[in-house]
Amino acid sequence: MFVFTKKAKLFATALTLVGLVMMVIGFNTGGHDEATSHDAHATEAHADHAVATHGEESHAADVHAEDSHAEATHAEEAHAEEAHADHAEEGHAADTHGAHAEGHGGHEDHGAANRPWAAFLVNTIFFMGIGIGTLFFLAIQYAAQAGWSAGILRVMEAVALFVGIPLLGMLFLVITGTMGMHHVWHWMQDGIMDPASPNYDSLIAGKEGYLNDGFFTLRTVAYFVIWAGAAYLLRRNSLKEDQLPEGQTMFFTQRKLAATFIVLYAVTSSTSAWDWIMSIDTHWFSTLFGWYTFAGMFVTALTVLNVLVMFLRINNYLPWVNDNHQHDLGKFMFAFSVFWTYLWFSQYMLIWYANIPEEVPYYMARFGEFKPLFITMVVFNFIMPVLVLMSRDSKRIMGFILMAAVFVLAGHWMDHYIMIMPGSVGYHYGFGWVEMGGFLFYAGLLLYVVQRNLAAAPLRMKNHALIHESKLFHQ
Amino acid sequence: MAHTEHTPVVRALYLDDDVVLDAVKNLRGKGIKVKEVYSPFPIHGLDKAMGLKETRIAMAAFMYGLIGLTVAILITSYMMNIDWPQNIGGKPSMTWGMNMPAFVPIMFELTVFFAAHLMVWTFMIINKLYPGAAPQNPDPRTTDHHFMIEVAAGEGVVDALKETGAIEIAEA
Repeated sequence: MFVFTKKAKLFATALTLVGLVMMVIGFNTGGHDEATSHDAHATEAHADHAVATHGEESHAADVHAEDSHAEATHAEEAHAEEAHADHAEEGHAADTHGAHAEGHGGHEDHGAANRPWAAFLVNTIFFMGIGIGTLFFLAIQYAAQAGWSAGILRVMEAVALFVGIPLLGMLFLVITGTMGMHHVWHWMQDGIMDPASPNYDSLIAGKEGYLNDGFFTLRTVAYFVIWAGAAYLLRRNSLKEDQLPEGQTMFFTQRKLAATFIVLYAVTSSTSAWDWIMSIDTHWFSTLFGWYTFAGMFVTALTVLNVLVMFLRINNYLPWVNDNHQHDLGKFMFAFSVFWTYLWFSQYMLIWYANIPEEVPYYMARFGEFKPLFITMVVFNFIMPVLVLMSRDSKRIMGFILMAAVFVLAGHWMDHYIMIMPGSVGYHYGFGWVEMGGFLFYAGLLLYVVQRNLAAAPLRMKNHALIHESKLFHQ
Repeated sequence: MAHTEHTPVVRALYLDDDVVLDAVKNLRGKGIKVKEVYSPFPIHGLDKAMGLKETRIAMAAFMYGLIGLTVAILITSYMMNIDWPQNIGGKPSMTWGMNMPAFVPIMFELTVFFAAHLMVWTFMIINKLYPGAAPQNPDPRTTDHHFMIEVAAGEGVVDALKETGAIEIAEA
């Protein structure tokens, strides 16, 4: 039986509170110091989508150039042009638009208003991946009738139950977004779907059937219900099973539940990625974006699970788990790092090769302003885990697993950062109070919730049908 | 697997893989040297039970993969940038680096190709399974439904084998 010590409780709580305070500081300073002078524009920020609309920029910026100068004194009407001013700096014909951009240099900071929100979104998505990835892995174990993992299902349950918390964070972001408190999701901007408005964008207006406040909120609520609900039900049945008389199991109930969840997750994993991340770059689309996001989330979850199982084994909580179980978790970590890279590269190469204007802007920002981070991220997420975890022995040595885990976790945090930041804050990205605070906030909550769940039930399932098989795994 | 020396051996036949695995553990526990086991299919955990050295084929495979990767880089660079540069889809063909994303599938495939093929050939050669090699299997029944343990001849070996459930014992 796992013991959630007072010390650990205090540590997790302190981490959460420190994170919360840092986030509050971050929100009040608008994410970074320079932004304060532009707070007046915060609610009307239009420049936040510096990379979203390159497709039409080349002509749009020309047309607006004159307007903008004519009305430069009229700050409120200049918003539409400010957005283009930022685009001009993105590498489009710097000569013709450069002067224009300089003229409005003062308004570049609009994206800064989004930064605390976007930073919170990055952390929410990152930690959501840990919860939902583990939940999916847990469901697979039942659906595939896997025997080897039966001894660590309780650990998976503990992490899977965490999924509700980042989902609540996401609901908070979605609701504040629909209320107009931030414009992390570009299409939520007022008037963008209204032909009479100066903000009108015909391409985005064409997506109104899917991207509208009501349906968007409804979908997020649906993900919450399906994901948190599945985690709750799997856990409830598992605890119920312990109370059954010796030898009776709920294996088939669990299997049906898991299979149902997997079917629902097959759809919601893609749609949630489109909603929460892809719709930031509203004009852009990628057909494999859902899998790409899922792969990153899944490998993050497997890494956390591997480290957690390792930690529990070191502290003698899981005497029935041996090196072979750990080895298999290591294999999953290795395999899904490669899988993530495969999807990442597939998405990149097709867009690079086709080179069509509606697709490339996404990578122009990522190979421009964000290049150092982008390249580092690929090294962390592919080269490091592959080299560290390739050999059989290294998957069985704690030090190597831990080393690979640090790279994978840092790498996937950066990956989510690079998915979200260019489209929502543009040049105003950074790593400060909000980014760090959000991370500590969720990390504290993760530690607290997972340890509490681990302590709530015996770590060894009493009546699971395959628990004996798991103990004998490769022995 | 390995070539057997011409020292006296005792061969025992079995009908079940679990019995063989237990027999190997049992015999080695008594200090009897198990020289070889013949089986129609791989028995999980047998290598550990026999105390075999860990295979080094993984390291070989890694090296072969690196060779494949190098070959891929060299041939794409020579063919597409040096010998006959072509403009395909408007992609710059001046340097290998500028074309690199297009070559990644080739790099991947050749890495896998070299690693897989050379690994299989290495395995075949080490185990003397190349064409024309003399068969080493002492009893063809072990390719179908029997299992055989081969131990060094010595005092009490036959009795020990009988105890483990052998159905047929022959000294050779």
